[in-house]
Parts: sequence; C-alpha cells; structure tokens
Amino acid sequence: MRNKIRIAAGQGFWGDLPDAPGRQVEGGPIDYLMLDYLAEVTMSIMQKQKARDPTAGYARDFVPLMNQILPACVERNIRVTANAGGVNVAGCAAAVREVARELGLSGKLKIGIVTGDDILDRIDDLLARGVELRNMDTDESLSAVRDRIQSANAYLGAEPIVEALNQGAQIVITGRCTDTGLTLAPMIHEFGWSLVDWDRLASGTIAGHIIECGAQCSGGNCQYEWQSIPDLANVGFPIAEAAPDGSFVITKHEGTGGRVNVPSVKEQLLYEMGDPHGYITPDCVADFTTIQLAEDGPDRVRVFGIKGRAATDTLKVSISYSAGYKAVGTLVYAWPDAYEKARAADKILRARLDRLGLRFDQILTEFVGANATHGPLAGEPSPDLGEVQLRVGVRGNDRKAIERFTKEIAPLILTGPPGVTGFAGGRPKVEEIVAYWPALIPKSEITSKVEIIEV
Amino acid sequence: MQIQLLKLAHARSGDKGDTANVGLIALREDIYPLLVREVSAARVKQHFRGICQGEVERFELPNLGALNFLLHESLGGGGTLSLMTDAQGKTFSTALLRMKIELPDEQAKSLGL
Repeated sequence: MRNKIRIAAGQGFWGDLPDAPGRQVEGGPIDYLMLDYLAEVTMSIMQKQKARDPTAGYARDFVPLMNQILPACVERNIRVTANAGGVNVAGCAAAVREVARELGLSGKLKIGIVTGDDILDRIDDLLARGVELRNMDTDESLSAVRDRIQSANAYLGAEPIVEALNQGAQIVITGRCTDTGLTLAPMIHEFGWSLVDWDRLASGTIAGHIIECGAQCSGGNCQYEWQSIPDLANVGFPIAEAAPDGSFVITKHEGTGGRVNVPSVKEQLLYEMGDPHGYITPDCVADFTTIQLAEDGPDRVRVFGIKGRAATDTLKVSISYSAGYKAVGTLVYAWPDAYEKARAADKILRARLDRLGLRFDQILTEFVGANATHGPLAGEPSPDLGEVQLRVGVRGNDRKAIERFTKEIAPLILTGPPGVTGFAGGRPKVEEIVAYWPALIPKSEITSKVEIIEV
Repeated sequence: MQIQLLKLAHARSGDKGDTANVGLIALREDIYPLLVREVSAARVKQHFRGICQGEVERFELPNLGALNFLLHESLGGGGTLSLMTDAQGKTFSTALLRMKIELPDEQAKSLGL
C-alpha cells in the first residue's frame, strides 16, 4: 500500500480553464486526475443533444482532452476519474477508446464505465409504486411537472468508481455522480478503506469538497488578502495529498500562481454549505464541525481530525424540467444623473408593457453599477456615477409575450431619457428555462453498473 | 464603538436552490466570540431586509472560527428560474461584510481594533 496519493483537480465546472488538466499532468507528480463536469442542469442539455444525435449527450471536451493527456497518463500511470459521461456514458467511453487507439495505446489501458444513475425511463413506474420524488425544497409532488421532465438522474457515490479502479481501469467515466465521490474513490481503492469506516470516508469526502471547485480553494475568488495573491494568471489548481489515516494536505504544483493557506481553504469549506454537522453524500455523513486545519509549509494546508457518521438510506435525485421562458434586456445610461435616467427608462418601459397587456410571472429591474448585487444595502446611489446599466428581466410561460418584450428595449434609445448606449448585441435572446427539481430516492431502487472495456 | 464586519471577517457565499449560504470567517481566533455574540440570525435577517424573504438559520463552526448562515427565499426562485444578476448569491458574502456591530471601546482596544 502506498503511504500517500496525490489527487489533482482539473476542472471546477464544465467550462473551466481548458488548459488546467494538462497543467496538472505536466506540472509535477500526481497519481490521479479528477474532473467534474456536471452542474445541476447540465444533464438536460445533454439529454437534448442525445435526442438529436444518439452518439452525443456527454461532455465532448473530454475527448480532445484525453487525446492531449492520455499518453502522459499511461506512461506515468496517472488514473482519471471523471463524470464526463453525462447521459451517454457508453458513447463517451467509445469516443475515448477511439482516441486511445489512434494514439497507439491499444492493449495498454482499460476504461471503466459507471452507469445506473439514469432513471428517466423509470419515472412512471417509480411513481406508480409510491416512490414520490417530492421536491426536497418545496415538498411539491412531482405530478406538477411530470409532463415537462427532461432528465432524471440519481447521484451515485464512490462505490462503483472504486469497483472500476479495483478492476484496473485507468480512466473511469461516470454519468451523474457526486463530485466528492470522484476524489474519495481513489483513496478507498488505494488504502483499502472499509465502506463503513465513516471517519475516513468523511475525510475523503471533505477533501473532495475542497478541490471540486478547482482553483476556488487555491487563491481564486478568495477574499482574504486578495490583492496580494500572486500570479493568478498562472493559478495552480489544487491537489489533495491523502494519507491512509484519512488526513490530507491541500497543495498545488510548485511554480504556479495563486495561494493555498488556511483562510483560502476555510473559504472553500464554507462554499455552498448547509448544516455543517451533516453534509450528506451517498457514501457517508460528514461533520464539518470536526475539521482541523494547520499550515504545513508554503502553499500547504494539513486537514485532519474529521469525523463522519453512517450514510443515509436514500440517494439524491436531480430532475430537470422545462419551466417556461425568460429574456433579459440591458441599456447603459451615462453621467450625469445616470441612475435617475435608468429609473425613468424603466418606468417608461413598464408603462409600455402594461399598455400592450403583456403578463409575466416575474419582472425584475436591476441597476448595475448602483445596487444590482447588494440591493438596498448599497444605499442611495450617487448622482455622480459614471454610468448605470439598466437591466430588466422577464419570465413566463407565454413565449410570445417574452418575445414581444425583447422588441421594447432598443426603442428606448430614441424614445426615452438621453445619454444612453450599449445596445450593440441586438435584441435580447429568448431562453427556454430548464429548472432543477431535487428529490430523494431509496438506495434500494438504484443499482449501479460497472463495465470495463479494453482499448 | 461601531465597527464594520469587513474589518473583522472574510466570507464566501453560494447557493442551494432559492437559499443563499454565507460563511463568515473571523480574521483572527480572538474575534470569533465577538461574531458569535453580535451576528445573530435575527440581526442577519434584519440586515438583509428587502432581499431575504424567508427565515435565516445560523450554524456555529468554532473549529474554523466561522459562522454559516442560510438565507432562505433570497434568490428570486434560484438557479435558472432567477432573473437576478447574482442568481447564485455569490456576492451575499460581501453584502454581509457591510454590517456594522457595536462593541465597548474597552473590548475594541483589547482586541487591538
């Protein structure tokens, strides 16, 4: 058994810095590369892509990335865990196999495929058998949106990823699984942790939580002494250096920018935090009030003392459904009295929308530059502001009404207050809203499946 | 004297649906008890009036010298439904740091503030 492994995070979300994974592979020693691609509504986008093209439906960027880094990964035995498979894990794996063959790597690696998360075709059956899939936030019944569902996936945990690693997979591709499971699985695999060793599982889970947002724990978006954080242009993505006892060090490659210190790690620990006593994953319940942190040299923070509890008997399900349309229009008003002008324009716009008889579920006006982010906390805007952006959004089920709204923005330039610009982009786009429905499902309803393919 | 949280803490915020979370982290260990005493859930609810329509919950993390606040019904429906510029509540962190708290001059002096 190794006495430590280094797990590197290469993507904080789908669309993060494209060269980050390659820099993690080339920038110094690592054992695992962890890539998180799936935000809450990503699955619905992939479901639509798959409906149009049965070979699509996964994170396409993953394939050229593998083309770039696979030779180095095979040579140095760096293993990859990625939830790049979306709603077509087999298709993603087939594309990666093709790339690997073209690179001359036939016979040199195995790809692990984890499925079983997709329950879209089982919804009616589940509802008929009394699995309600009520909205965790609002307690609404799923029947309210049943005919508008676009995707439905259970979050799998670390266990099937561990199985794929145990069977020798160099790359493990999953569909919907927890971000933390992608980091925890290599530790369970390498250190032989028991799946009821709650303290160690909680430790690996918290390591995953810290690195799952990429550089957000290594100097990015860090408020603590942000002005002095060095060389963010060359920011180092985080690495969790894990030990068999569950403790780990958060660090980054030498010679990279950014900063790993106790404050930067604390900020990320609190990101999207609910009740810190019970951070629930499929693998365990982690207690954030037991985490101990200590500086461990430059750009190194040691994390230890973590306690966990038994996992629950449910899995979280993410369901996406179509929820109407929205559009956002903007115009920029310049000094003097920029805020007053933007307010006057908003009044004119709303009067015109009223006269047209347009009805929306919601209409929201914001004044960017004055108070769009902090609202009333920002206080009364100064009449000397250089400019204010008027930003008006509407939302509703009637697509025609939303489209009509988009035609009312540009005319304000010639028919409203003076000193206005910023309409280079044309009419605002009407967007279909795909909303998110979180629910719980008994674990007994979900069977994950692991398959290994040879390249 | 009055002192702004910006001088006492740093913060990070995020979202879960229509709920924003704000983690408030003491800049120094000896400042944490002051945050526990002064920055109650009720005060945060009052601070975010006009923004937070629901309840405010507070959790203590003495091990990190931090408080975690959940501000329910604060993000215009949350996620893709929200029309807000900051639909993910990412700037609620510094919005909380605007808060001013009261402390006796003597205590401010002993904390070197």
